[in-house]
Amino acid sequence: MSLAPFLLTFKLALCATAILTATGIPVALWLANRRSLLASGLEASVALPLVLPPSVLGFYLLLLFRAKGPLGAAWERFFGHPLVFNFEGLVLASVVFGFPFMVQPLVAGVRSIPKELIEASATLGKPWWTTLVRVVLPNMKASILTGCVLAFAHTVGEFGVVLMVGGNIEGETRVVSLAIYDAVEALDYRSAHVYASVLFAFSFLTLLVAYRVNRRFFSA
Amino acid sequence: MIEAHLEKDLFGASGSFRLSVNFRVDDGQCVTFYGPSGAGKTTILRMLAGLETPQEGFIRVNGESWFDAKKRVLLPSHKRRVGFMFQSYALFPNMTVGGNVAYAMQKKSSAKLEDLLGLAGILELKDRYPSTLSGGQQQRVALIRAVASEPKLLLLDEPLSALDIPTRLELQDEILRIHRLFGIETILVSHDKQEVFRMADRVLSIKEGRIHAEGSPRGVFFKRRFSPKFAVTGRVLAIERADIVFRAFVATGTEILQVILGERDAKRFKPGDEVLVASKAFNPMLLPLFEPFDTQAPQHASPVTIGYVD
Repeated sequence: MSLAPFLLTFKLALCATAILTATGIPVALWLANRRSLLASGLEASVALPLVLPPSVLGFYLLLLFRAKGPLGAAWERFFGHPLVFNFEGLVLASVVFGFPFMVQPLVAGVRSIPKELIEASATLGKPWWTTLVRVVLPNMKASILTGCVLAFAHTVGEFGVVLMVGGNIEGETRVVSLAIYDAVEALDYRSAHVYASVLFAFSFLTLLVAYRVNRRFFSA
Repeated sequence: MIEAHLEKDLFGASGSFRLSVNFRVDDGQCVTFYGPSGAGKTTILRMLAGLETPQEGFIRVNGESWFDAKKRVLLPSHKRRVGFMFQSYALFPNMTVGGNVAYAMQKKSSAKLEDLLGLAGILELKDRYPSTLSGGQQQRVALIRAVASEPKLLLLDEPLSALDIPTRLELQDEILRIHRLFGIETILVSHDKQEVFRMADRVLSIKEGRIHAEGSPRGVFFKRRFSPKFAVTGRVLAIERADIVFRAFVATGTEILQVILGERDAKRFKPGDEVLVASKAFNPMLLPLFEPFDTQAPQHASPVTIGYVD
């Protein structure tokens, strides 16, 4: 029993959610009003992690991330340490895996903004970035919050991808879900209970707070 | 002064047609585009605002070129300085009334903001959010927000169509007052003849993408063979036989008129037709609208009396 898996899990979830927010918003803005084949293709690939078993995606990410893989080789040349079995690799894999959980609420949020609001802002002399910051984003706060909560909660709950890409290295890649698995394997049910119940309660509380906030502050 | 020549293929409910219009708005004028829905009126406004791009033509505002197909000039919407009032008002729900108007102002100043809000009679609504306002209040906010950006051209897209009639009349006056006060060239889209009559210096009547009549509202709507003393336009609701004559019910604005017809006229018109109810021989009375009719008043010899709103 140690606190390390918890700290690692939250660090991972925070990093992944921050990267997902920064990348998800531009992707969602681009996707929301496009009808091209390219956009449909991108939308489908973004949603893939929802339907694929984590082992499938984890396997391909492993091939991509390993020292001989295209991304792994470049990473090692650049940063001097491998991507696979490493915290950074875990963050990257979580970002890929969490993408639909962030992007889908955001796309719905962008689509829910009446086109006239954006047009009105333009006719009032505002360039697109002012419109984005002052009109578009503030009117999809609820979707941004939903995306963040889902991405965060999903990363906390990840198992398969983490196992494939991260291995199970204490203090580096052993997140709570892996620690539970280890404890059960070792027949240490007491530790497994502690890890599992804390994760259970935490996930429930996160979702509860998010839905409360959404209902109280953003229901127009 | 605004000069425009605009061409664009449109796909309407009744098939595709080419929008092709040529018009001018003189300094300080209020011009109305009048016509049935789907005629291309809103598209013209959107092209002037830069929200849609014409295929051919040009737009020149006070000598400045906003669009020119030949010279490949296309000024983006946010550089055009137009005040556009949308049918849905398009108020920003995340900002207060004051915030909405301040957003439009080029130089922020709380004194000027209060001036503008006071002008529209909505100073006390400054800290309210749009979702808590009535339709008429939202309309005032949208109007003053459009003016707050100091536009060179004010474009109003059927701004009053969603309001009830008393509010509509009140806001027509409001728009006229603001238009005169700021002296901004204004283009109003409307399919309501009463509105056009009250508001416009000039009307361009548009059908299927073409201007088919142009001039003063009186000139355009009363281009008739005779000059009636009394005339209202309306739509035939029903024609029924009453002994040897026929009785037509005609809806005009808020009233329904009853007109006696001979057999020949009864056959000429059918329910749904747009008609002019006119008379040369008698003088219509004006009666107060919101007081009960005085039954003791002497009856005039004429067979029809009509309470005439205006």
